[in-house]
Amino acid sequence: MLDLLTGFIAELRAAGIPVSLTEHLDAAETLRHVPLEDREALKYTLGASLVKSSTHWPAYETAFEIYFALRGPEFRIDADGADGDGERSERTTDTGADDLPGQGGRHGRGQGGGGEGMTAEEIADLLYQALLGANRSLVAAVARQAVSRYAGMEAGRPVGGTYYLYRTLRNLDLDKVLDRLVEASRQSAAAHGEVDGGGDGAGVPLTALEERLLRDEYQARIDQLRKEIEAEIRRRLVEDRGSEALARSIRKPLPEDIDVMHATRDELGALRRSLQPLSRKLAVRLARKRRHGRKGALDFRATVRHSLSTGGVPVEPKFRYPRPAKPEIVVIADISGSVASFARFTLHLVHAISAQFSKVRSFVFIDGVDEVTEYFDGVDDPAEAVHRINTEADVVWVDGHSDYGHALTVFWERWGEELTPRTSVLLLGDARNNYHASAAWVVKELRARARHVYWLNPEPRAYWNSGDSIVGEYANFCDEVVECRTLRQLERFVGELA
Amino acid sequence: MSSDGSLVGTPADAISSGFPEAGPPRFASIGDVRSGLAGVDYLADDGISGVVYLADRLAKPVLVEGPAGTGKTELAKSVARVTGSRLIRLQCYEGLDESKALYEWNYKKQLLRIQADAGRSWEQLEEDIFSEDFLLTRPLLEAIRSTEPVVLLVDEVDRLELETEALLLEVLSEYQVSIPELGTVRAHQIPLVFLTSNATRELSEALKRRCLYLHIDYPDLERERSIIETRVPGISQALADQVARIVRSIRTLELKKAPSVSETLDWARTLVVLGIASVDVDQARDTLHILLKYRSDIERAEKELAGVESPD
Ligand SMILES: Nc1ncnc2c1ncn2[C@@H]1O[C@H](COP(=O)(O)OP(=O)(O)OP(=O)(O)O)[C@@H](O)[C@H]1O
Ligand SMILES: [Mg+2]
Repeated sequence: MLDLLTGFIAELRAAGIPVSLTEHLDAAETLRHVPLEDREALKYTLGASLVKSSTHWPAYETAFEIYFALRGPEFRIDADGADGDGERSERTTDTGADDLPGQGGRHGRGQGGGGEGMTAEEIADLLYQALLGANRSLVAAVARQAVSRYAGMEAGRPVGGTYYLYRTLRNLDLDKVLDRLVEASRQSAAAHGEVDGGGDGAGVPLTALEERLLRDEYQARIDQLRKEIEAEIRRRLVEDRGSEALARSIRKPLPEDIDVMHATRDELGALRRSLQPLSRKLAVRLARKRRHGRKGALDFRATVRHSLSTGGVPVEPKFRYPRPAKPEIVVIADISGSVASFARFTLHLVHAISAQFSKVRSFVFIDGVDEVTEYFDGVDDPAEAVHRINTEADVVWVDGHSDYGHALTVFWERWGEELTPRTSVLLLGDARNNYHASAAWVVKELRARARHVYWLNPEPRAYWNSGDSIVGEYANFCDEVVECRTLRQLERFVGELA
Repeated sequence: MSSDGSLVGTPADAISSGFPEAGPPRFASIGDVRSGLAGVDYLADDGISGVVYLADRLAKPVLVEGPAGTGKTELAKSVARVTGSRLIRLQCYEGLDESKALYEWNYKKQLLRIQADAGRSWEQLEEDIFSEDFLLTRPLLEAIRSTEPVVLLVDEVDRLELETEALLLEVLSEYQVSIPELGTVRAHQIPLVFLTSNATRELSEALKRRCLYLHIDYPDLERERSIIETRVPGISQALADQVARIVRSIRTLELKKAPSVSETLDWARTLVVLGIASVDVDQARDTLHILLKYRSDIERAEKELAGVESPD
């Protein structure tokens, strides 16, 4: 068991979760107090020593599932049976239920096989029933069936779980199922007033509120199904490839390490959620730095002045605090599709710590350019302003494809003169210019007027200057071009700027 | 809250040697934690009950993080109640220092004594005025020298300055405090310690390493429904269910501030007082300000609940 724990911790570290020696020892000690069979309890109690940040929890959970939850003979599957035509029936005899009370639900009714693989219609029907009745064990059973019919898993194939997940979900068409469930409830309410246990009178149509609540309930059940499907796929992958290899290939990056440009929708959600605490922490850290970091020289006059109140005894020496001028920031961000999220996160972060700067002005462009500074005035959540920018800013000139050259030229003509030697300019984008002219001379002019010009590029360095990326042309005139693929990199850069 | 217990142990008998005993376990099993807490109207999930059980067994402090109003503070209070321990609370704020967290000498009293005993030698005086009688015990020291069982709640630890956090860490690692004039005070037993944080700032790595970590998030539907049923007298099951469902739906929206459990409870209580048996859209709209604090959030939720599709 301790070996298993060591492997597990190695995996956590590889996923970027720091685990110290003390924490390793605490986890080992935990195993003495918590029964191994209680997987849920084990997950939370081990997690209490191994994960010290809630944003790391999803990565932890995935690893835990692979290392602990999916072990045991009941998860065995045979390679040839996995290819769409059902499973061998031994697998469904529920031998595992007693060993894993935490997961009893998954094995509840033994619907998982019946051996002969179900037809698409049968699966769809079972799925509908399971979701309608909120029958957890049935949901788990459907998940197993769906994976074996649709995922098309083949032993030894080195693809990740998402591929199988995608194939399974596409076939189940859950959006349509959701609509169908809501529609059915709507009709049944109109017919006899039975609303999921809460209806009284007869024949009352659903109110908008009721319908909304029902939809969210079904959505929650569908999310549960999705989780079951993911778990089922992982279970089979573990069987096929073993924990270590699998953990390596499906490791979830921590939010701060997610590649912003290639994030999935879920990942973007995680990113958005971690942005707020991240910027708050950064703001506090910077404010602290400003407050404590600088002890000045003795201010003789202030000390004497102050000593008058103590009868001329200089009990409290006064220091002169150097007040270094806060920099002025001008952000010019490409917000076209490919880099939109990156621009959003950067604008959010910069404005969240705007107190650290004497002034922040923001401009966004695609092929046209527009100032959006005022969107941030008086709002306490930058996310809100960013949301408005996306819908309201006037940034399309011709066709809505990035044209750095045109946007920069217009910027220079309209606002160039307002830059001062205290300004730091941040240019944001991948510099993929759709083969337009670069107008790199503008950056040269900016550099001449401003204190610094930085370019933040969300693409991996290896892709720079390939295809229509012309970041190199601009780089000649920048203080630095910084790779900013992740929140971690972005935070570091912005933190150093202040 | 902190000074009602008398100081039973004198420093002299507290000055024993070695690390304090962990004491007999307070809970027999994780299920025991859960049912114990339920007995004092605190509804725990697997994570909460598991970590509390472990904290007792490993004699380690628990750092509890999570959004506002999800029952972090209440957890410590409830654990104190279940275990029949005295709750000692250190409420943190920026500027809290050693003299408010640990102990302080009662200068006024000392001065009076010096004036009264003007004739005595300084040596005699010194021994006198730096004794038990002149010591103002603050929560951390209080918890350490208590002979009764104690639950120590260090509330909102993220507001502490780094230096005070270091002090706290020291106390939590050694369970002893040294007072230069008196000697070292060691704990009789290791108290159960809860530190709560809203994560407004990153705590030091050292403190996090020392603690078990528990993240308390918004409860799921079933747990929230039970919380409402236990905490709102006179509410019907149907209304509790509806309230929990509406709150769940609202939490899925992108809001500046999602409703907390305490706000859910406030809202449920209001509905009961208004004699509402089942919430309709208009009633929801009229009372939404109890659940949500920002104008824009309220507008957003109104639109969603009334069935207007959102732009995304
Ligand atoms: N699990 C629970 N069981 C019963 N009541 C709960 C539970 N969680 C929260 N509550 C209720 O919610 C209220 C708020 O909880 P509490 O004050 O502990 O929140 P908190 O997490 O400490 O918030 P803050 O971060 O604002 O300090 C409690 O008074 C209690 O009534
Ligand atoms: Mg609290």
